Amino acid sequence: MRSLIDIRELSVEEIDELVKVANDIIDNPAKYSEKCKGKILATLFFEPSTRTRLSFESAMLNLGGNVIGFSDSQNSSASKGESVADTTKIVSGYADIIAMRHPKEGAPLVASMNTDIPVINAGDGGHNHPTQTLTDLLTINREKGGFNNLTIGLCGDLKFGRTVHSLISAMSRYDNIKFILISPDELKIPDYIKKNELEAKNLEYVETTSLEDVIGELDILYMTRVQGERFFNEQDYIRLRDSYILTPKKLEAAKEDLIIMHPLPRVNEISVAVDNDPRACYFKQARYGKFVRMALIMKLLEVE
Amino acid sequence: MIIGQIKDGIVLDHITAGNGMILYNLLGLDNLDCQVALIQNAESVKMGRKDIIKVDRVIDINFDALGYVDPGVTVNIIKDGKLAKRQNIDIPERIENVIKCKNPRCITTVEQELPNIFVLTEKEERVYRCLYCESKAE
Repeated sequence: MRSLIDIRELSVEEIDELVKVANDIIDNPAKYSEKCKGKILATLFFEPSTRTRLSFESAMLNLGGNVIGFSDSQNSSASKGESVADTTKIVSGYADIIAMRHPKEGAPLVASMNTDIPVINAGDGGHNHPTQTLTDLLTINREKGGFNNLTIGLCGDLKFGRTVHSLISAMSRYDNIKFILISPDELKIPDYIKKNELEAKNLEYVETTSLEDVIGELDILYMTRVQGERFFNEQDYIRLRDSYILTPKKLEAAKEDLIIMHPLPRVNEISVAVDNDPRACYFKQARYGKFVRMALIMKLLEVE
Repeated sequence: MIIGQIKDGIVLDHITAGNGMILYNLLGLDNLDCQVALIQNAESVKMGRKDIIKVDRVIDINFDALGYVDPGVTVNIIKDGKLAKRQNIDIPERIENVIKCKNPRCITTVEQELPNIFVLTEKEERVYRCLYCESKAE
């Protein structure tokens, strides 16, 4: 049985197929309402993540399946010191597929190495979060009508922001993509991402510290949150947290058909006044997450 | 300086000068009860200076550890005072339990039973990354 731990495990064709199925689910939900009847999804969340967990659970329920699981490690045997491998082996006897969130990087990979049922990485520390990337891709596909010929601005924490790294990796496989990387110097994109994903594929990219200077060029503006838990030093976090805040004033210079994305939750990096702008897509993006997870669950369970 | 010949044992030759002590520790040679000689900064026509390790017994060598630290090393196996086998080292694609991941967020830091596995990801620069969290080996 196949798992999904890292978005790079999916080929462009497989991503296109998932996006196609997700689009069909949005248009014809009734067709899919019993596709996973009799199947059980276990959501093993060793750290809380309301949105991701509810999105997975809602996805399985919409496919006619059932859901078991826990929503933080205090409610699981991990609090008694059980290993990820042992928890996975036990749960494999009760469920057909696992979605795992864990604060430690690599935990879902360990799970997948210890079970015969598919494991979906629902986020492991600051490492991978492939279903967020699939959500982003479905959003881009629906809102921009495809994946090619786009100038994508990535703004905020580009150093620790895993969703940004995965999105670059996924989008770099399409034609005529340009990236504009907007961040303070301390949170610039790591060199290995530049080297392996951008320079190795001869992609055009620009690094800047000014959102105002480049906002008019963008087809997509992907905002990110500067996350306190990624910092060891509280002072650095506080200093960088408010680096970029998107306001209606800054958006005056942006294209009419720009789309604004954000993996959510936001803190203050997008002003609430932007929410009513038709270019704001982040709440729609969160909704799309359910549909692409439905498509993924079906694919991994090999449901036609 | 004269170090005697060995009858049955292993000679690790062509160790980059300075790596001898690292290999001595990594291969656990300090735990052996036979004679072990570590020669540092020996003269070498090919390398200028090199380190050499002689072990007065045929032991199992962790070739992954050797290849990870110093792929230029030559392993000579001596039997009855003669060279029985000479083996060059390849850069290993994957090393297991040679080094530990130092990323405090890696699953291996809390689950001590997991094998520490590193994979060669960038061959030219000899960069190894943790299988679990992809952190670069230091």
